Amino acid sequence: MAPLLSIRDLRTWFYTESGIAKAVDGVSFDVGAGETVGIVGESGCGKSVTALSILRLIQPPGRIESGSVMEFEGRNLVTLNDEEMRKVRGNRISMIFQEPMSALNPVFTVGDQVAEVARIHAGVSRRQAWDKAVETLGLTGIPAPEERAKQYPHQLSGGMRQRVLIAMALIMKPALVIADEPTTALDVTIQAQILDLLMHLQKEFGTSILMITHDLGVIAETTSRVIVMYAGEIVEQAPVDELFARPHHPYTEGLMHSMPHIGHDQARLNVIPGTVPAPTNWPKGCRFFERCPYSWDLPAHEHPPLFDVGANHISRCHLAREPQRRQDPHPPLVVQEGVDAA
Amino acid sequence: MNSAAGSGQSASNPLLSVRNLRKEFPIRKGVFSRQVGSLKAVNDVTFDVSRGETLGVVGESGCGKTTTGRAILRLIEPTDGQIVFEGRDVRAMSTSELRGVRREMQIIFQDPVSSLNPRMTIGAIVREGLTIHKLAEGAAADARVSQLLSEVGLRPEYASRYPHEFSGGQRQRIGIARALSVEPKFIVCDEPVSALDVSVQAQVINLLEDLQRDHNLTYMFIAHDLSVVEHIADRVAVMYLGKIVELATADDLYREPLMPYTQALLSAVPVADPKARKERIILSGDVPSPASPPPGCVFHPRCHHPAKDVACMKIVPPLEEKAPGHFVHCIKQTPTTISWEQQKEAGGVHPPERYLPLAAVHA
Repeated sequence: MAPLLSIRDLRTWFYTESGIAKAVDGVSFDVGAGETVGIVGESGCGKSVTALSILRLIQPPGRIESGSVMEFEGRNLVTLNDEEMRKVRGNRISMIFQEPMSALNPVFTVGDQVAEVARIHAGVSRRQAWDKAVETLGLTGIPAPEERAKQYPHQLSGGMRQRVLIAMALIMKPALVIADEPTTALDVTIQAQILDLLMHLQKEFGTSILMITHDLGVIAETTSRVIVMYAGEIVEQAPVDELFARPHHPYTEGLMHSMPHIGHDQARLNVIPGTVPAPTNWPKGCRFFERCPYSWDLPAHEHPPLFDVGANHISRCHLAREPQRRQDPHPPLVVQEGVDAA
Repeated sequence: MNSAAGSGQSASNPLLSVRNLRKEFPIRKGVFSRQVGSLKAVNDVTFDVSRGETLGVVGESGCGKTTTGRAILRLIEPTDGQIVFEGRDVRAMSTSELRGVRREMQIIFQDPVSSLNPRMTIGAIVREGLTIHKLAEGAAADARVSQLLSEVGLRPEYASRYPHEFSGGQRQRIGIARALSVEPKFIVCDEPVSALDVSVQAQVINLLEDLQRDHNLTYMFIAHDLSVVEHIADRVAVMYLGKIVELATADDLYREPLMPYTQALLSAVPVADPKARKERIILSGDVPSPASPPPGCVFHPRCHHPAKDVACMKIVPPLEEKAPGHFVHCIKQTPTTISWEQQKEAGGVHPPERYLPLAAVHA
């Protein structure tokens, strides 16, 4: 069966005064129907720009480069005109943003904002749209939805606002929901409620979810397949159990080791030294080279392709060819954060 | 880790001792800004911090953890209570005395962007404290600034640059250098790593631990991230609606959380191990408004303890010692000084019992 979304060689570049920032630089992956795929990475790795690209929400000076392909339900999203794209956005693909306050309009009631989505895409009457909005708000666990629908965003708590955004995203029963750090702004007990709700609604509607987050805990608990991004590229992709059991790329490994885990306290946290290079000037070879404890000089700084390293497991690391080098780590070329960065 | 760590409230000769601290913010309404109520941000908080230890303070937004940290330094004027730092009563101090004691008590802020003046060079930011407290001037001050920058892992040449030229992690290092410049004994770290990426967060945590060891610093480490606090803290205070609801060594708190709120909080943390999918205590609803906290136990409307009953709405639980050094705010978790007779009198129907759901245990 063809995947629901199939992205090939997506390149989203920003033409800034200091050069071309290649925020997303040749990304390819699939999302199957009903699947939850996670994208994990740190600030500036390109995960959010990937999400915005899928919805064609990239503003100048940013641009999706020609040659990029985003096949969705049999059409290439890159070549759709604005009118066609509007019919996809919020209808077949919707998005849940991180900041529920800035994603809602403060001067309309939340019921109106949820109903508006149904009015635009389903062409139903005001009354029908309102009823549908109240019903969807109820599905997201908002108590007394008919009352809450008449309230304004500022009258709701952060958790309630996030439920409103989820209702907006789900009212049209889209094929794909992109959740960009949907719980990062929330407290941990509210985060648990919201993740629980998303997983429950996904089962009910059979929606695919693209979960974008920096939190490996959220990834482990919600996704079935994980993509790790670094410096505008996919550096590793694997089923979730495989990734956590056998991380291959040294960046993935570093990310996992630098997180403190409750119940497994270590005396000192491992760090990934240094910082991400500038997107206007990615290194020619491996983009993790300077921060890597296993790196070695390859002729002409060969840029690593994605190697097969296991069942459905790919990694952009030369260690795939010379695995014995993992036994012999060395201090990375970048020693400390402060030094050599800036 | 620390000999005083296990002794809880009764630590002998603590560096800082806080008793019955309260901070209320007036709620005003109408044309004449008449006071119609008060928001109890910090509601009767008592704890000690021993020399050389790290006291972690955790809780969700609005629980009062940041207000507590700032009230201790009198950056926010407390409404009531006692703050004793090295035997000196901080609340009784005049402005000039306070300036003196602030040299010994510093703060590191969450947001490394807004807490650095964008018009000052890094050198000037770090040097300011030296000048104000007359610790060094001229070439001696320059040398001290260079030394501080290299101590926090920045190049001394960076002194002439401006904050916008630095990454988030580097700015947090600058904030740390500024706090260290006046040779403090005690630092309130208010969410120092929550704005940072995971890999940078680890760098800053390691730096804070190194500095603590090298300078014999005492930290109050405020954070909402429970795994970070477990890593760095010797003892942990859990706050909910302006109150400390549990206080114990980090080991005890994470191995045997006794307050039902702490149990829910720990069970809610997503675990970065797909094989460890576990039961979760999902709390219903939101945190009530601190302007009208529930009567009795502040947590009772959301509590999942099987013995919860009417008595929980009537009796304000004391923060009582349930195990050596393990203080808990709950009349249903045994042992308790609120007798079953007293609870029955208040309408209680379920006798107290020890309740420790597996979902909460991180062992």
